[in-house]
Order: sequence, then C-alpha cells, then structure tokens
Amino acid sequence: MGEFLNIFIKSAFIENMVLAYFLGMCSFLAVSKTLSTATGLGLAVIFVLGITMPINWVINEYILMPAELEFLRFILFIAVIASTVQLVEMVVEKFSPGLYAALGIFLPLITVNCAILGGSLFMVSREYNLTESIAFGLGGGFGWFLAIIALAAIRERIRYSNVPPALRGLGMAFLITGLMGIAFLSLTGIDPAVFAGWTEAAAE
Amino acid sequence: MAESTELKTGVVADPKKPAEKEPIFGKKERILLRDPLLDNNPITIQVLGVCSALAVTSLVYPSLVMAVAVIFVTAFSSLFTSLMRNIIPKPVRLIVQLVIIATLVTLVNEALKVLAFPVYKQLSVYIGLIITNCIVMGRLEAFSMANKPWRSFLDGVGNGAGYGLILVLVGIVRELFGKGSLFAGSPIAMNIIGPSNDTTQYWINTAADSGIGTYFSWYANNNLMVLPAAAMFVIAVFIWIQRSYNTKLVDAS
Repeated sequence: MGEFLNIFIKSAFIENMVLAYFLGMCSFLAVSKTLSTATGLGLAVIFVLGITMPINWVINEYILMPAELEFLRFILFIAVIASTVQLVEMVVEKFSPGLYAALGIFLPLITVNCAILGGSLFMVSREYNLTESIAFGLGGGFGWFLAIIALAAIRERIRYSNVPPALRGLGMAFLITGLMGIAFLSLTGIDPAVFAGWTEAAAE
Repeated sequence: MAESTELKTGVVADPKKPAEKEPIFGKKERILLRDPLLDNNPITIQVLGVCSALAVTSLVYPSLVMAVAVIFVTAFSSLFTSLMRNIIPKPVRLIVQLVIIATLVTLVNEALKVLAFPVYKQLSVYIGLIITNCIVMGRLEAFSMANKPWRSFLDGVGNGAGYGLILVLVGIVRELFGKGSLFAGSPIAMNIIGPSNDTTQYWINTAADSGIGTYFSWYANNNLMVLPAAAMFVIAVFIWIQRSYNTKLVDAS
C-alpha cells in the first residue's frame, strides 16, 4: 500500500505527465478552451490510462519477455490501446449513457494521446511490477486531469485580459503551460517515501 | 484547425480537364513542400505533434536525430497509406494507419539502437512516441487517404521537415543559452561560450585574462533553458514573432 501511494503521488505531482514530460500535449492544448470539456477529457484519460497500463504490463511480462519479442512492443501496445479504447467506448455506451454523453468524442481521441502510450513505455523502461503499474496509470492520469483543468480555468479567465494580438490563444497557452511547469517544479522537493512511512505506521 | 488548413493545401484534381499531363515536380508539388515549413507549420499553426518531442530539445543533436526520424516516418507512412488508400476499409482505417506507423517506428528504433546508441539512450521513450505523434496520423487522415502516392510522400516530407525545423531551432536556442555549446555529443560538437578549463576549451572563454573573452566575463549560462518548460517559452516566442509578421494567422477568439 505504501509503495502504491508512493508511486501515485510521484506520478501525479512530481513527475507530472504533461508538465514534466510534455506527454499528451496536442489534446492538452486543443481541448483546454473551456473547463467542462477539459474535465471530460481528463476523466477519460484517467479511465483509459488506468485500464491499459495493467493490460500492457501483462502482455509485456507474459508474452513479449518470455518469447523475446521486444521489438513488437510498439505495435502490440498501440493495438491494445486502440482496441481497449474501442471496447471501453462500447461498454460505456451500453451501461452508462450518461458517462458516455459526458465523455463524448474524447474517448476515440485518446488513442493518439501520447500520455497513454508514453505511460506504457515508461512502465517498461522503469521496470514496474503489476501494482506499481496500476498506481502509475491512475496517478499519471490524475496528474494529467489536474493539469488540464488548471489550464482550462486559467484560459477561461485570460480571455478577458488585454493580451497582445499575436499571442492570443495558442501563444498564451504555451506560455501558461511553461509557467505551470515551473510551478510544478517546486513540488520536486516532496519526498514520496514520507507517505509510505505514514501508511506503514498506521498499519502497525 | 487541421481541417480548415487542409482545404488550403489539399490538392483536388479538377474533374473538367483530367487529360492534361501533370509535371512530376511542378508548382503544386513545391507548395506541398514549402507550405508546412512556415505558413502552415505543424507545430506553430496546426498545433499537431507538440507532444512527444519537446522534452528532447534541450540539446541540438538529439533534436536533429528526432527530426530525421520523424521525417522518415511521416514520408513513408504517407506513401504506404496512399498506396493502400483504396483497399483500406473505412471502419478499421485508424488501426491500419497505426500499424503502418508502428512498423516504421519500430524500424527507426532498431536502426537507431544499432547506429547511434548514446542518442538512442537519450531519446528513450520519445522515439516510440512518434507513433502517437499527432502530425503523422493527422496528415494520413487529412491528406494521404485522398491523394496520390507521390504527392502524399511530398506532403509527408514537408510536414516532417516543418516539424523538424521548429525542433532544431528550439534546440539551438536552448543549448546555446543553456549550456553554451552546440551539437554536443555529435562528431561536430562546438563549445561556443563559457569558462574554459583543462577538459573543455570554449571559443569565447569567459574566464580569460585577455582577448575577446574579457568582454564577456559577466556571462553565465541561463539554467532556465535547460528545464523542459523553457521549450514552451521558446515556442511561444516563435509563435509571437510569426503572428506579428503574418497577422492573418492571429486567433480571432
């Protein structure tokens, strides 16, 4: 549990997908114009990242590694992500039309969100185990969600400011993302092991 | 954004005079190559493909390798998709495109592993992330699925180059001001400015007692440029400059 929390905190705040690694930047900049759509996309990312990460871990550990087929990793991972997104879309549409309407077009968009494939590739290069990869998936998704709603809220506000015409829209979005990245740097001082210590103390 | 710009670059054959033989490298082909470099740049105008590559631009050499890799992938994925465009069933076209892209990226990955292992290590997951680079899929979806192979190939090269151009420019700014060097890690590594010591000699030696270096004794590297966030600022400035010169591009909202 301590390890789970440790990785969750680390991937959500300290090594935030968007602000530290620039993953999922296209949809981050394109869909952050209003707060409501940003929330929808953020939720969808948490959802898909949390599901595909364990699946890809199982595929990597039990199919690719024993058979020494590592060079097929990209193709298999992206196939898993594309079909998971398709599957999730159908399931959500059938069982929860409300959620489906809320997520709308964002679910299919997520296939080509770099944060999803990037998460799986980081998982492999950092050699996480199953629990850690679930934590990494959920934490990374949560961090992405936080970042996009923060940017959307700022962009909604900044619409009423007197920005130089050439910087309006896209230019400002880049600047704000850069500033947010620097602000998130201040979280690097957090030692996630502290949280692991808390839960262990609570367990005793 | 992508659809609207597509209308401009998408070359639609005129149905009235199909008999006319078209030159293999005519005006339209030149536009396909030139347009994405500036007026329809993938990063600053179309906002595609910002994702995977900004973290690699802290040095010029990895940016250059990344740019070449992306040009290769966009060009050949456009070519192959265009060749197969009539036999790909519509409902599964995204998966077919993804498989084409993933195959090419796997090739690049294996080639880099053999040819340039240090850079391969440096780029780590970002080579794999070319797969989900929106610019690749965006061009396949918007251009290659509806155009002939040769033009799609050129469109791929042009967009890859437009993307690579921004990448290398950002890399130059960040490395020069952040580290005082250019092309570090490559065979043509250059140390431009900084205090020379026993291991590295700089062109402008800020620790020198004589010569041009004495005028630069105040100079220090800007550590902000090494941070990933600096890439965002540098691109924002590019966008600012570009839109100041070309006011047609300014966002209305």
